[in-house]
Order: sequence, then structure tokens, then C-alpha cells
Amino acid sequence: MNLQAKTINWLLPAILLASASFSYAETAEEKGLAIAKQTKQSDIGWTDMTAQMQMVLRNSEGQESIRDIRMQSLEKKDDGDKSLSIFDRPLDVKGTAFLSFSHPGEADDQWLYLPALKRVKRIASRNKSGPFMGSEFAYEDLTSFEIEKYTYKYLRDESCGTEQCYVVEQYPVDEYSGYTRRVVWIDQSENRLHKIDFYDRKNSLLKTLTYAAYQQYLGKHWRPDMMKMDNHLTKKNTDLIWTDYQFNTGLSDADFNRNSLKRAH
Amino acid sequence: MSLHRGNQYLTGLGLILALTAPTCAAVEFESYGKATTELRLFTEGAQFTDQSYNSNTSLSVEPTLFWHWNDNQDSLSFKPFLRIDQHDDERTHADIREFSWNHQGEDWELRSGIRKVFWGVTEFQHLVDVINQSDAVEDIDGEDKLGQPMINLSFVKEWGIVDLYLLPGFRERTFPGKQGRLRTELYVDQDQALFEAGNEALHTDFAVRWNHFVGDFDLGAYWFRGTNRDPILQIGTNGSDMVLVPYYEQMNQFGFDAQATLDSWLWKAEAIWRETDTQRYWATQAGFEYTFYAIHDSNADLGVLLEYGWDQRGKDANAIFQNDVSIGARLTLNDAASTEFLAGIIHDLDYGSSSFQVEASRRIGNKWKVSLDGRFFSAEDARDPLSTLGNDSHIQISAERYF
Repeated sequence: MNLQAKTINWLLPAILLASASFSYAETAEEKGLAIAKQTKQSDIGWTDMTAQMQMVLRNSEGQESIRDIRMQSLEKKDDGDKSLSIFDRPLDVKGTAFLSFSHPGEADDQWLYLPALKRVKRIASRNKSGPFMGSEFAYEDLTSFEIEKYTYKYLRDESCGTEQCYVVEQYPVDEYSGYTRRVVWIDQSENRLHKIDFYDRKNSLLKTLTYAAYQQYLGKHWRPDMMKMDNHLTKKNTDLIWTDYQFNTGLSDADFNRNSLKRAH
Repeated sequence: MSLHRGNQYLTGLGLILALTAPTCAAVEFESYGKATTELRLFTEGAQFTDQSYNSNTSLSVEPTLFWHWNDNQDSLSFKPFLRIDQHDDERTHADIREFSWNHQGEDWELRSGIRKVFWGVTEFQHLVDVINQSDAVEDIDGEDKLGQPMINLSFVKEWGIVDLYLLPGFRERTFPGKQGRLRTELYVDQDQALFEAGNEALHTDFAVRWNHFVGDFDLGAYWFRGTNRDPILQIGTNGSDMVLVPYYEQMNQFGFDAQATLDSWLWKAEAIWRETDTQRYWATQAGFEYTFYAIHDSNADLGVLLEYGWDQRGKDANAIFQNDVSIGARLTLNDAASTEFLAGIIHDLDYGSSSFQVEASRRIGNKWKVSLDGRFFSAEDARDPLSTLGNDSHIQISAERYF
């Protein structure tokens, strides 16, 4: 008994010392990973969410085209999140619904419901880099952030608007990603994303995503009302406008299966 | 004709709804739909008498009325359909595609009324898809279906989804009339239809289906007992005309479908075992789809498909896919207008005949979609079911307006 207590007394300062020196020698990679973990950690506990998403697609001549999508997602503690998206506009795809079970580190399970045929179709989740609904957002830009999806490197601190940001480089693990890297600005006060620069497979700057009008929900979860994606190559852009965010609505696994896909209206 | 029977179900359904109608909860209503104009230009003169035209115009409209209440636990959908055809009186027709009340429980769902159900995974033929009758006068691809009255109870369990179907009443297949093109040499006289069942089209059918997914694999199996949706066409007379008379047998059918979704590969297989008074056989449709993503560093994807269809009855089969290889390609530009191109060829290894189809479609603005289709048939052997379409190769232009 006594001996044990003594040992612990002796060990404790050693551990503290070790961890202190460790953080002192923290590499840029370790710091990048730590920031990612902190970002993910700070948003845990949102349970479930529903929201309306409007996409405004603009071509280089400024012509607009609109997509309206209803989103539902469910937080999963020991796996990736589940989500169901229902399309309202354009009208020819009205009632089309998309169900996704994401799995960090492996392929997601995805189904598409085609209302004209009443057909539920399992689809390949391999298509990460393709444009979502003809927009400047790729599928991979819209999936939930999971730590395992990237490796990291902290670059620097930099001011971003009124905030102070960490600037971190993220390298996609998935060989099918359309990017070599993303450079991400995360504010130090609330771990909110402010900006992402996307570098294509040839490592040249392709797109910039900026986040605006953050609001806090349940006193904890920050969500932007607006995300703007600019494609530097094509000069096209897409606004993603979020409205009617609701958390803790009581959704469960029963709302995310192939039967709920067919209920989409 | 068949609409009368539909009406009985409608009245029944109206009663159910009247009884369960919400007293306090707010009912939300939504309506939308589409109207289509279609022009078919045939490349050759007609093969049979009464078909003496080379172009045909047709209009169709399909509105949807949708109510939901009780926090989305209950909904009612009504989707009538109407087509008006320039030449073919049989193609001018109306149907109730959907008039259905849906009630959702914790892990179950009850769907009652006229509905459409799709089963299966393959693209060129929908072998296991048996619940709804084909609205064959609409198109030759078998994808247009007539609304089927049903009570469908669906359970979601850890080990899969189980669907029980009670199908009161049978819908007869529609066929092109005397003036229709894309038909058999003798036209089908639906008014003389014969049935094995004593209560004819009022026979109640039954089906049970299980489907589940395990990792990358989606699986389904079912048993169906009731009226065979595929009629046997017997020679008869209508006045001085020789005609075909449909005969609907009773059948027992087991069906299986599976898809493996592995990276860029989709491996698909469907199989049925069917037993009627006159025949007992296996048939399958199986193949793959492989997608090349972001071809040439563009946003476009190219999918290539290969499927094989086999029927144990061989040349005796009244099916098109008795020994047929199908090859297809799907090019999706992934642009704002959702531009898509499809091409497919179905080659019959027994008769050496082929049918070739190309399709191009895109959205215009937010409410219009236009498509251009071409279908070309080449069938020399008169014993081949496809040979009656030998002169019916055509180009189809259609414009869909969504509202």
C-alpha cells in the first residue's frame, strides 16, 4: 500500500515533466493533428440536425441556377455520421433522395432514391472529386469532417478578420480525392472554419471556400449561414445558404434507412 | 375500363382517410408535376396495315398532389396520369399511378392504396420487378408501370427490411392498338382478355420480400403468388380481324437480386424461378457497371455496362431476353444542366438480331428538360419477337415541363 503510494508520488512529476517537454518539441504535424482533434472535439454532442440548404450556382457570365435541398443528419459516436438529403429543386429531380452512412477510413455506404421509378439504388462512394449537382462543391467538400480523412501540418498563426487563426495544411488520405492539399484557417477562440484553399492534383490553387455569418446553437455548436465557393480556374462560383438549422429534433437510426429514403417527398 | 376497378379502391381509401383524418394536427399540402410533349419520327414506312403514318405526336400530364400531417407520420399522395396520342386510341389513356395513404410507426410502415413498387438492380431488363403491370403502350423499355392496388406492411429490423404485400385486384397490360406502331403483327385485343383465375382480374395476389445490406453487398429475395403479369398471347378474332388475345395464368415465383458495390464496380445479378400451369423455368439477368470518374481531368464520368440475359425456355420463351448480351455506355457531364448521354445495344445470340438505342438529355432553365432519343431495330428472323418492330426504328424528341 504504502509502497504503491510512494511510487505514484514519484511518477507523477516525471509524467508532467515528460508531457511538458513533449509539447515543447511538438512538431508541425503533431500540432496540426492536435488542432484537428480539438476542432472535432469542440463540436461533439450535436446529436442530430435538420437544415435547409440552398445552392446558387453562377457561371462566368453571372447566370444563376438554384438547388434546394433538405438535410437531416445524425451524429454517431463510434462511427461516421448518417445523413439524408432530399432534393426540392431543380424540379426535374424533386423527390430524389440521398442516404449516406459515412465510415472514417473506409468507403461510405450510399443509396440514391429515384422517385420516377420508385427505385432505390446503391451507388459507388468512390466518386469523391466529382461536382455535386453541377456546382463548384465536390462531394468530398460536403461530407462530414473526420480526423482520419487527412494528415496534417500546422503552418502558422494569422489574423482572420477580427479573429486570430491557426493556418493548417491538410493532406487527403483517400487516393481518390481531387486535391493534393487543403489549407485551412481555423479561429483560435471557437475552432470555426473561416476559409479553405483547395489545391488540385497538379498542386495549383483551384478553389477557395469562405464561411460567413456564424451562429451558435445549443450554446455550443457554431454553424455558418453562408458558404461561398469560388473556382479560380473557371471563374464560376456557388453560394451555399443555410437556413432553419434545428438541433436535437429527436431523429434516430429509424429515420436513416432505405425505407426513409422512399418516404422523401 | 380498368379505371372502374380503380375507382372502387379509391372509394375504400377515401373512407379510411375520412376515419383517420386528423382533427387537430395541421395538414400540409403540396402539388407539383410534369407535362410532356413527344414527337416520334419513324425512319421507314409501316410494316402493317392501319399504321400508315411516319410521325406521331403525343402529350401527357402527370400531376402529384401530396398531403402530410401528424408530424409527417401520415401522408396521402395522389398522382393521376393522362396521355393523348395522335394516332393510337389505345395509347390515349388515363391511369391512377398513385393514390396512397402512408402511415409510419416506430420500425414499421403501412402503405395502403394504389402504388408503384420497384425491385431489382440491373439496367437493361427488370426481371425481378413483378408487383406492377407494365404500361406497355407508353414505351417499349418496360419502365412505365400501372398503379397497383395494395396493402403493404413494411418492417425495418436489424436483419433487414421485410415487406408484406396484399394485392387485391390485377391490372391488365396495356398494348398498342390497331393504329399503333411498335406493335406485334396482329394487334392485341385487350377486351377479350382471359384469366386462369375464376374471379379473373379481381384475384388477390400476395408477396413477401426481404432485403438487406451487409457491407458492400445489397441482397433481396421474395416469393410472389398470384396472377402472372406477362400474358400468353393467343390467336383469336375480332370481327373480321385476326387478333391476339391475352391469357393471364396464375403463378408462383421466387426472385433473388444482389449487388456488390466495390470501388468503381457495381456487380449485379437477378434471377427468378417461375411456375405456372404450363411452364416452370429459371431466368437470369446479370452483369456489371464500371465507372471511369473525371475522364481526361474533366468533370465528366463515363460508365460502361455489360449484362447478359438468359431464359431456360430458350427460343420458346415469349421474353426478349432469352439469350441476349447487352452493352451500354453512360456519359454524365456533371454540369449545371445535368447533360447526359446514354447508348445501349441489345444483341440476341439466338436470332442474331439487335436493337440499338441512344439518348441525350439536359435541363433548360429550372423547369424544362429536353431529350433526344433514337431507337433502331434490326431483326431478319421472322421467329424473333423483335422482328415485328423491324420497320419501327425512330427518333423521339421530347420536352418536359415541370411545375
